[in-house]
Amino acid sequence: MTLTPDHWLVVPIILPLLAAVLLLVVERVRPAWQAPVALAATAALAVLAFALVASADADRIGVYLLGNWQAPFGIVLVLDRLAALMLALTAVIGLASLVASLRLAGRGPHFHAFFQLQLAGLNGAFLTGDVFNLFVFFEVLLIASYALLLHDASGRTLRAGLHYVVINLIGASLFLIAASLLYGVAGTLNFADLAVKLPALPEWDAGLARAAALLLLVVFGVKAALLPLGFWLPATYGAASGPVAALFAIMTKVGIYAIIRLSFTVFGGDDGWMAEWGRPALFALGMATIAFGALGTLATRRLIALIAYLVLISSGMLIAGSTLGPAVLGGALYYLVHTTLAVASMFLIAHAIADQRGPRTDRFGNGPPLAQPTLLGLLFLIGAIAAVGLPPSSGFIGKVLMLQGSGQAPFAAWFWAGVLGSALLATFALARAGSSVFWKSHGAATGLPMPAGERTALAVLAVAGTLWIVGAGSAVRYTTATAQQLAQPRAYIDAVLGQAPVPPNAGSAR
Amino acid sequence: MMEWLVASAIGVFAACGVWLVLRARTFDVVLGLALVSYAVNLFIFAMGRLSSRAPAIVRQGVPATLADYADPLPQALVLTAIVISFAMTALVLTLALKGRFVNHGDACDAEDGTVVEELPP
Repeated sequence: MTLTPDHWLVVPIILPLLAAVLLLVVERVRPAWQAPVALAATAALAVLAFALVASADADRIGVYLLGNWQAPFGIVLVLDRLAALMLALTAVIGLASLVASLRLAGRGPHFHAFFQLQLAGLNGAFLTGDVFNLFVFFEVLLIASYALLLHDASGRTLRAGLHYVVINLIGASLFLIAASLLYGVAGTLNFADLAVKLPALPEWDAGLARAAALLLLVVFGVKAALLPLGFWLPATYGAASGPVAALFAIMTKVGIYAIIRLSFTVFGGDDGWMAEWGRPALFALGMATIAFGALGTLATRRLIALIAYLVLISSGMLIAGSTLGPAVLGGALYYLVHTTLAVASMFLIAHAIADQRGPRTDRFGNGPPLAQPTLLGLLFLIGAIAAVGLPPSSGFIGKVLMLQGSGQAPFAAWFWAGVLGSALLATFALARAGSSVFWKSHGAATGLPMPAGERTALAVLAVAGTLWIVGAGSAVRYTTATAQQLAQPRAYIDAVLGQAPVPPNAGSAR
Repeated sequence: MMEWLVASAIGVFAACGVWLVLRARTFDVVLGLALVSYAVNLFIFAMGRLSSRAPAIVRQGVPATLADYADPLPQALVLTAIVISFAMTALVLTLALKGRFVNHGDACDAEDGTVVEELPP
């Protein structure tokens, strides 16, 4: 039996699913083996994800027909540059978050299984090639995220968790309405087939398809925490434990991925609607999100909520940047990886600070001093520089690329003001937070030193971030090629619709 | 007539669901989510076009067009959606129950100390 490369496309979904099932058994019979099994599965996933990036980098769009049905009729998995990049990012964040969470996993049942299911849902959402399976994988990753968020939950966490669950269930309802509306007018849910059929719709049906597109934007806006839909985020991320918040750094990126995928591959056709209405609307929402996030960093009195507002700023920046043409999109994708790594590290650092401060936790103001002020201070400084995107972090390169690329765009001045102004405000907020947390203290330090798991996780994230800046040349080349691939969806459409099923005798011969 | 009935049924379900979701008690919100998901499931089903006496499975001698058959795909989609919304409703109900016992109240508000009505523990 030989595996052609395309069989590997389904493994990022199957491997964590099998690992989750295995971990449920291991939890009962050999509890001590849970951590090695989970680590091995996640590490294998990371190796595979990087192999898939290398395969996508050869400008080859991988298509896997599940059940060997021809593309618009069956379920299809597609690996293009964007999907491969997101898979690799998920694997790195997953590995770091898992290492950090080993200490907490024993506090409630089935933590490791939920963690693997979360990875399966994320990978599926990035790989799927049709709208309905995007919905299914969204639900898979959400139901796992509810469990991870509420793992070892107390009263306040429960309420924040309930808000998160309810808002996402409403989002799921809107998603279903939009998906079935698209099916009702176009008769298909496959991304590539929709991209072919939507521009050819009669005017009345095209209006319905646009309504569906806007509903999908609302759904993904909830996930990406775009302005009027993102109020759940600071409370939810504030309620999660540190390692889970670090994993959730990738969750808003799922919404951003879906917005980019839909607005380029599916609705990016030639009828001009996306360019005329969709992109300006997305740009305005993105800019408003940046402004809201920047003001939120100044307004909040809690360190972890401050980091959550940094997530909002980066979400807005990525969405606004994705609308300004391929040159900016290339920079935005480079920045996406950077900001996910930076924010995940900042969540870990902020939780370490909160743990060491004891009962005052992460609120600003007077509190017990930290047990490791030097270590945490250095980490906070590096993390803050990275999270704001100041030099020498890779965020600076990403921002420069976005600003350079936006030179010709009509709203470039607004974009410059948003990117630079939010960085200024976030720098103020982080400096104020740092001085309050590190210097306003009295009494004796009571906290325990930072656990080894968190330190290893931060090391993993730091290595990934350092590689992302040391290898910036190849990284930027990759993200620029990704943006160009997205701007010309023809190759994606031809690859999906042109993929022939394996002939029956060839299948039995293997 | 059938279209009018189905459309208004979906509308009534959705309206009741939205009203309940906007209330400040978790139990009402759970009921509202259930009603909204009924509306959504009916909507998915209706997107395959309403038809009566039309099977979803192709028979010998009848041309395989949508004039003679019901579209099977929305039926498959609605099954998936029903399963998922059922599981989610069960999950929210568990959360709401646990929240009721931990917080000694049924309020949705995330702020501490703003319970709408204290329930006996």
